[in-house]
Amino acid sequence: MEHGSLTDLTASTFSLMDEDHTLANSVRFTLNQDPRVAFCGYSIPHPSDNKVNIRIQTTGDTAKDVLKDGFQNLMIMCQHVRTTFDKAVADYETNRPSKHMNIDTP
Amino acid sequence: MPKVSALDMPDVPMGQLPEHLQLQRSRVVCKADAPIHLESFCKNFKLEVIRLTEDEIEFDMIGIDASLANAFRRILIAEVPMMAIEKVLMVNNTSVIADEVLAHRLGLIPLNADPRLFEYLSENDSPNERNTIVYKLDVSCRKGGPRMTVKSDQLKWLPNGSELEMTPPNQSAKPKSYTSFSCSQDSMPEFSKKPLGVKHEDIIIAKLGPGQAIELEAHAVKGIGKVHAKWSPVSTAWYRMLPEVVLLKDIKGDDAEKLVKKCPVNVFDIEDLGNGKKKAVVSKPRACTLCRECIRGVNEELVELRRVKDHFIFTIESAGALPPEVLFTEAVKILEDKCDRVISDLS
Repeated sequence: MEHGSLTDLTASTFSLMDEDHTLANSVRFTLNQDPRVAFCGYSIPHPSDNKVNIRIQTTGDTAKDVLKDGFQNLMIMCQHVRTTFDKAVADYETNRPSKHMNIDTP
Repeated sequence: MPKVSALDMPDVPMGQLPEHLQLQRSRVVCKADAPIHLESFCKNFKLEVIRLTEDEIEFDMIGIDASLANAFRRILIAEVPMMAIEKVLMVNNTSVIADEVLAHRLGLIPLNADPRLFEYLSENDSPNERNTIVYKLDVSCRKGGPRMTVKSDQLKWLPNGSELEMTPPNQSAKPKSYTSFSCSQDSMPEFSKKPLGVKHEDIIIAKLGPGQAIELEAHAVKGIGKVHAKWSPVSTAWYRMLPEVVLLKDIKGDDAEKLVKKCPVNVFDIEDLGNGKKKAVVSKPRACTLCRECIRGVNEELVELRRVKDHFIFTIESAGALPPEVLFTEAVKILEDKCDRVISDLS
């Protein structure tokens, strides 16, 4: 759900239902890295509502597109973390001394 | 002090933002197609596994922001699905432990079932072999015998579903059981090799006195830790920033000995400089718990404790259903799914 004015598309507040700090804070981070974003922040209006509001003000682009890009970037970062993690685990598995190689035990 | 309007103070910016902010406000910086920060993130991000056992993993995540590390941690605790006992059909319980307390204890028992092979049981669904695991507990203590302890290994998996029958609405109707399995779970290829038992066989469920008995059926379903902690797949998942211990001045001789003794986790060590001279060095900064014992009193100007902001030591303790490395990849996948959902909602 988007709250913004019809004339100025560069500033909007987006309400995401059933989300919390997990997603909102991560996307706030990626958005603040984006040079097109002049301001970005999020709030949870009431702790017992499952809702977050994300406010975006841009330097000229449509807020919706910038938000979409923010999520896209977050997704790319996640994918990179996942592939790096899988590789690190595989590396660890190949380099770890085998459990069956207990030569010292009689 | 004479009254001066705040606006007339010499260091007021007078409507001017600092240069870098002014630039950001007034200009759009056009860069190559992919945002610069993503490229540098992919280049600088490092991950190293320190320790990996059957149910614990420790790894270093370097070059990531706390918001993402925290998102992974939060998802691990509250949003990665698990199987846990949700419904208990009590047939007989003459033990001292009350029905609801017993049911709650059963819920907390970790099950050895891969939640990825199951579906959520939604409100309108009937429990079937794809979304429910049924266990039976039927124990009694012999009259005149000694007291007995009921342990989790006495929970027996019923691959064919519930054995209890619902009271039929009328005399002529065929009695129905509480689940509607279309086939036996142990005939399904994913479960035939690995029976769906409990993870630990020595968890005490109840104690029975002579003549007491418990007979019940427990139905496990898929859920997430947000709803109830019994569905949390981790015992804990946490991270800490890498500690950095810096000696601001050389610490020599007796002072060095004192410093080494002060630290309860042996962060410092003595380096021999030859001809009886000694110097303190930081040998194991990673072990530092930031207890501040080393900077209490006289040493405040000598030692500085810092943390590296983008270096996270991440530890995951699995509750048993899934290995810890799988849990982390599942958590990252869940964050990806969330992004995907919002993107498709926006377009």
